[in-house]
Amino acid sequence: MNAIVDDNAPSMLQRFRQSHFWHSFCIDRVAQISFLVFVAYLIAALLAPFIAPYDPYDPATIDIMNSELPPSWQEEGDSAFWLGTDAQGRDLWSTILFGTRVSLIIGICAVMLQAMLGICIGLVAGYVGGKVDSLLMRMADVQLSFSTMMVAIVVLAVFQATFGTQLYQELAMLMLILVIGIAEWPQYARTVRASVLAEKEKEYVDAARVMGLPALRIMFRHILPNTLSPILVISTVQIANAIISEAALSFLGLGMPVSQPSLGSLISSGFEFIFSGSWWITVIPGLVLVGLVLVMNLLGDWLRDVLNPKLYKG
Amino acid sequence: MQNTETLLQIRDLYKRFSISGDLLDQLQFKGGKLTRHQEFVHAINGVSLDIAKGEALCVVGESGCGKSTVARTVMGLLNPSSGTISYEGKRIDDLSAQALMPYRKKMQMIFQNPYASLNPRMTINETLSEPVSFHNPSWNKGEVRDKVHEVMFSVGVDPSWGVRFPHEFSGGQRQRISIARALAVDPEFIVADEPISALDVSIQAQVLNLMMDAQEQRDLTYMFITHDLSVVEHFGSRVAVMYLGTLCELATSEQLFDSPRHPYTKALLSAIPKLQDDRPNHIKLQGEVPTPVNLPTGCVFHGRCPHADKRCQEEIPKLIATDSGSQVACHAIEEGRI
Repeated sequence: MNAIVDDNAPSMLQRFRQSHFWHSFCIDRVAQISFLVFVAYLIAALLAPFIAPYDPYDPATIDIMNSELPPSWQEEGDSAFWLGTDAQGRDLWSTILFGTRVSLIIGICAVMLQAMLGICIGLVAGYVGGKVDSLLMRMADVQLSFSTMMVAIVVLAVFQATFGTQLYQELAMLMLILVIGIAEWPQYARTVRASVLAEKEKEYVDAARVMGLPALRIMFRHILPNTLSPILVISTVQIANAIISEAALSFLGLGMPVSQPSLGSLISSGFEFIFSGSWWITVIPGLVLVGLVLVMNLLGDWLRDVLNPKLYKG
Repeated sequence: MQNTETLLQIRDLYKRFSISGDLLDQLQFKGGKLTRHQEFVHAINGVSLDIAKGEALCVVGESGCGKSTVARTVMGLLNPSSGTISYEGKRIDDLSAQALMPYRKKMQMIFQNPYASLNPRMTINETLSEPVSFHNPSWNKGEVRDKVHEVMFSVGVDPSWGVRFPHEFSGGQRQRISIARALAVDPEFIVADEPISALDVSIQAQVLNLMMDAQEQRDLTYMFITHDLSVVEHFGSRVAVMYLGTLCELATSEQLFDSPRHPYTKALLSAIPKLQDDRPNHIKLQGEVPTPVNLPTGCVFHGRCPHADKRCQEEIPKLIATDSGSQVACHAIEEGRI
């Protein structure tokens, strides 16, 4: 007995290193590479102002004479512009870095908004049950019956038409976050509700109720931590989805303005020139976007497998 | 029990659960008319019980007879459909969550499944200190920690294990921790819902002894739900036998085991396996337990009772005191037929 008593509690780091999670990360090559690539994207996005050789938001540094220069490894390329320039003469590499930043900010913030709404609604629906549950879940059904893109296009188009393009361009990022965030909350609400229904039946919730703990505290301190695994899994996939939605909206001209391009609007702006030979303005940001979404999905898949209680119970 | 005060009083408790789903599922077309049709599971049907201070009342009965529902209703986890529950003479079944708070400290519950009754994401210290600091908001961290260490020590769990998570403990240790959580708020009354049925036999005795020690040291009153009759003999001062949501017999444990009165109790006791049995003379009851959805009329046991007559089919028997001091709900005993 003493032998067990004497050893000190393993620290959080030790626990983590002994966990199934860490172990399966160590043996899964795809997860490691995806994670590394994702971290590279994150660093590039965070440090964009320091990495980028030019400031694409500053019109003073742009020279229209440099427009549509091909990447530097091509014959007509200019060594000053590694990936060439876009139609306005901006350095494509810098613009992509800043665009990735914009895309990631929109993706992450929109998903945070979705998660906040969805988790609260899902927790309440699952925990309270009955009529509240029916009402909230029917709302979710209604929301899901409109496709995200349709809602976004209608809202953004109406906003643009009523308040004018000028204001729209100023608020574009906020509007995109709001629209994508609000349109997709049922994903979270349904997932959370399902887990809450399963957790609610367990006796530790009864024990907390017998203690007299208030419902909110039971929901957020006892039930929510036990529903985090599925939330984590859908979050990765939802960020990828949000980035795609943003890119699609930008491509349709309802997203970020040309002066502050995201990856989507960059692809869109290059699309006019793709048949005149300037393929790089579209293709390179396109590859960057595909890479980002791909690693997020791979990470999500891996997380789903690791955290699946049917495969591993812990 | 005449000279001791009643701690908990249950009067005419009924609890039924709807099994017809929501309103849309309940609507039916019958003969061209839209009618609402509801079906209920009658889990408790008129249970009246007194629990005296300091005793350990065991509630026994087979699966699905409503034992756990009684326990959960007493603890306020379920609302009774009708009837009252009083604690120290004050009615508690209709109180708001806020008004119930003082009773939350006095009444605690121990659960059946030690694998589900501890929050897997909280360390033992967190699990145990939460009720302490919640019910004693004025205590500082040191006082809370001392209290947590005190209860952990009293249930035989080393306080230095508090930094661990529930999955690092065995079933018996977890059940000790569950008991510690219940004891942490210094309750007077503990409802134990089959606390040892999920444990290994060798651990069962340890946990039972722990609970009995706690009763002695802390002057506790137990309501102990179980289906294990040997535990009752060991643990309980009084026994309530339940069948299909009703109380058949209420007696001290000596009386019940020496001279069971109710036909169901007799059958139940005869089913205890004994070492010398090579030719067990079990009383074999005919048929099966009726469904609690369509309760039989009269005495719920009449379909399987060898002594049932017409009155048993029509009239619900009341609990009556017999000459030996036990209380039995049976027409045949009342009439002196058995």
